[in-house]
Amino acid sequence: MPEDKQAKTATLLLRGQRYTVPAGLRIREAIRHIGLTPESYLAVRDGELVPDDERLKAGEVIRLIAVISGG
Amino acid sequence: MRRCKKCGAPAVIYMRQHRLGLCKAHYLEWFVEQTERSIRRYRMFTREEKILVAVSGGKDSLAVWDVLWRLGYAADGLYIALGIDGGIGYSAESQRLSEQFAAERGLTLHIVDIPGEYGLGVPELARRSRRGKGKPCSVCGLVKRHEMNRIAHDMGYDVLVTGHNLDDEVAVLFGNVLQWQMGYIVRQGPVLPAEPGFARKAKPLVRFYERETAAYALLRGIEYIYDECPFAQGAKSIYYKELLNRLEEARPGAKLQFYINFLKAKEEGWFRDPRAADGPVRVVLHRCESCGQPTTAPGKCAFCRLMEQVGARPSAASTA
Repeated sequence: MPEDKQAKTATLLLRGQRYTVPAGLRIREAIRHIGLTPESYLAVRDGELVPDDERLKAGEVIRLIAVISGG
Repeated sequence: MRRCKKCGAPAVIYMRQHRLGLCKAHYLEWFVEQTERSIRRYRMFTREEKILVAVSGGKDSLAVWDVLWRLGYAADGLYIALGIDGGIGYSAESQRLSEQFAAERGLTLHIVDIPGEYGLGVPELARRSRRGKGKPCSVCGLVKRHEMNRIAHDMGYDVLVTGHNLDDEVAVLFGNVLQWQMGYIVRQGPVLPAEPGFARKAKPLVRFYERETAAYALLRGIEYIYDECPFAQGAKSIYYKELLNRLEEARPGAKLQFYINFLKAKEEGWFRDPRAADGPVRVVLHRCESCGQPTTAPGKCAFCRLMEQVGARPSAASTA
């Protein structure tokens, strides 16, 4: 990805899938942006859990953890 | 940046339904305190009682066992090996994680191996039975309930604890309300009292959202099985949870209110059998002529009928 484009985006990582989202969004907005329900995920930044109302910084990677289980 | 309401350090979680952000240390403290409050509020059990925790290797059951251990309750674990592989060694990995968890804390874990004891695992039981046609979860639930109750009863445990969280409870309640299954609705709650042949059942995590139990497991460094059971794909309960999470997204606290107000209405007596003058709906129980466990109909219980139908070995099971 070109450098200027990368500077304006962040990445959400879920089960090995990478989703490019605009930087500056709150994490929960970014989860909604990729068509998922924020309530069903936790967000991890650099191995640390973070509240999903934090804003995404350009270039960073947030790992999403699906929390729903059942059957 | 969101700050911890208690100490002002960076928060790791924000719970919109409580309007509460907490740092790691205070979240872990809060989670344990809230669990203890639920145990007392619903009179689940005491420190003098023998507790058996049903452990699946998932986040909820390991989280509840961890909290009970930290609070000093006498809690052993029970893992039921269901013989599910699904190309990912699902049961084997769940068992490994449960054993690892118990070993790290010096806890006792009983293991029941369904294929070893009955000759068939859950996938095969489901394939061969009428009950399991297209719905192995139904067979799985039946097997687990039967075995949990058998072990709790035979080994003299006072109470059987499960890791059910609020999302589990709300999904079940929602499904039952959609069908107006009054028989199930009146029996639902954080504690199911003991009945002859049935151990008391308690759900200490019943007031936590699923994301909160997952957060607890992550923050405590508990290694749990992250993969979903291969048979759970497309399960109704997961569909309901997704639906309810979309509602929660628009109206924070909706799930909590739905459940808490249900319990309140139940306590106030809104759910009573019109045929019973003085109490909630009661089911008449019989003794299974094969295994001796209580059953709603005379003759054999559903578990023994299933085993007979599929030609599995009769109940002679033991625990490790």
